[in-house]
Amino acid sequence: MIATNQHIDEVLIPILEKVSDPEIPVLSIMDMGVVRSARLINGIVEVSITPTYSGCPAMDVIGDDISKALKEHNYESKVKLVLVPAWTTDWITERGRNALREYGIAPPLNPDADKDALLGDKRIVKCTNCNSTNTKLVSQFGSTACKALFKCEDCLEPFDYFKCLK
Amino acid sequence: MKTNLYNYILELADNCLIGGQRLGELCGHGPSLETDIACTNISLDLFGQTRSYFQYAADIKGGDATEDSIAFLRYEREYKNVLLVEQPNRDFAYTIARQYLFDVFHLLLLEKLQFSQDMTLSAIAKKSIKEVSYHVRFSGDWVKRLGDGTEESHEKMQAAIDGLWTYTNELFEVTEEAKALAEQGIGVDVSKLKETYYQNVTSLLQEATLTVPESKYFQKGGKAGIHTEHMGYLLADMQYMQRAYPNMNW
Repeated sequence: MIATNQHIDEVLIPILEKVSDPEIPVLSIMDMGVVRSARLINGIVEVSITPTYSGCPAMDVIGDDISKALKEHNYESKVKLVLVPAWTTDWITERGRNALREYGIAPPLNPDADKDALLGDKRIVKCTNCNSTNTKLVSQFGSTACKALFKCEDCLEPFDYFKCLK
Repeated sequence: MKTNLYNYILELADNCLIGGQRLGELCGHGPSLETDIACTNISLDLFGQTRSYFQYAADIKGGDATEDSIAFLRYEREYKNVLLVEQPNRDFAYTIARQYLFDVFHLLLLEKLQFSQDMTLSAIAKKSIKEVSYHVRFSGDWVKRLGDGTEESHEKMQAAIDGLWTYTNELFEVTEEAKALAEQGIGVDVSKLKETYYQNVTSLLQEATLTVPESKYFQKGGKAGIHTEHMGYLLADMQYMQRAYPNMNW
């Protein structure tokens, strides 16, 4: 169950990039970093995905969506869940971070800044609406397990912040 | 079947399952939208961890066992969770105090379990640590906020800590299974976590201007399947669907 290196067969990349996170439709599962490996072995694509959070209810749907997308390209597939190494927000790509921001979710900061933002009163998370950093933590837990809820004190927009997980 | 390992997994997982079920009761009933969402998110993390443990336990048990049958089709005496996590919500201070007293232990346990010789247990622990670090921050913050808040919130938080204190010592009781597995480097000897636990808890309670209870009278029994009177009601609620509609699926 150990898959340290991410290995994805090149021909499968465009197909997997079309599969998105059901909770955050603008974000491809590839940019999210949940696909750990995808290889064509004896005519069957074996895909390993890793959950963002243990209880993430999106994982079953993501697994089904991957199989469906591969089926459309005439690939049979087996999707399995791996826990090691544990997912980290470092695996979200630059493109993924931009997609999050445009969608209204502030992307994760580095671990120290994240601690300051969630525990201290430092105002460093940028509002996704007006870019102000005059923002305030409303709740450490947001609409899904991976997010915290913030509010901008300049434009008054409430928005989600993707918590750093490392 | 590796009976020791199977029972040990239940001991680990049942705390997550039953604690998660208690928090889940707040879904739609939390004192504010934010705390409601927080409690149910923590509940979801705990259920996710439970699933990983039970999938492993089902593999070990073999036959018809599934994560669902282990979760829903056991009798009360077969659940190995500590008494602390099954205690009812009563009020928000109770919920938070119960959660905090468990979270501190949970994090210490996982920090050791991640070095288990058993690859699956180690993987589950490594994954869970990240989540539980957030849990203990949340519950610890609220203990401080209520303890060092208004006169009324202080009183309620103190009552909750006093009421639940008697269940804390059981966390460090070492079962036969756990002892055998700890010797093999698979399980964790929880008795060794006790000192750090009480140090951590004491320092936060003091920060919260709360009095650390001095009572030396402690309740136990959960790990042996002997539960408090609240457990039956919890299970009746949790198992209702599987009992009324056997083998139903989502």
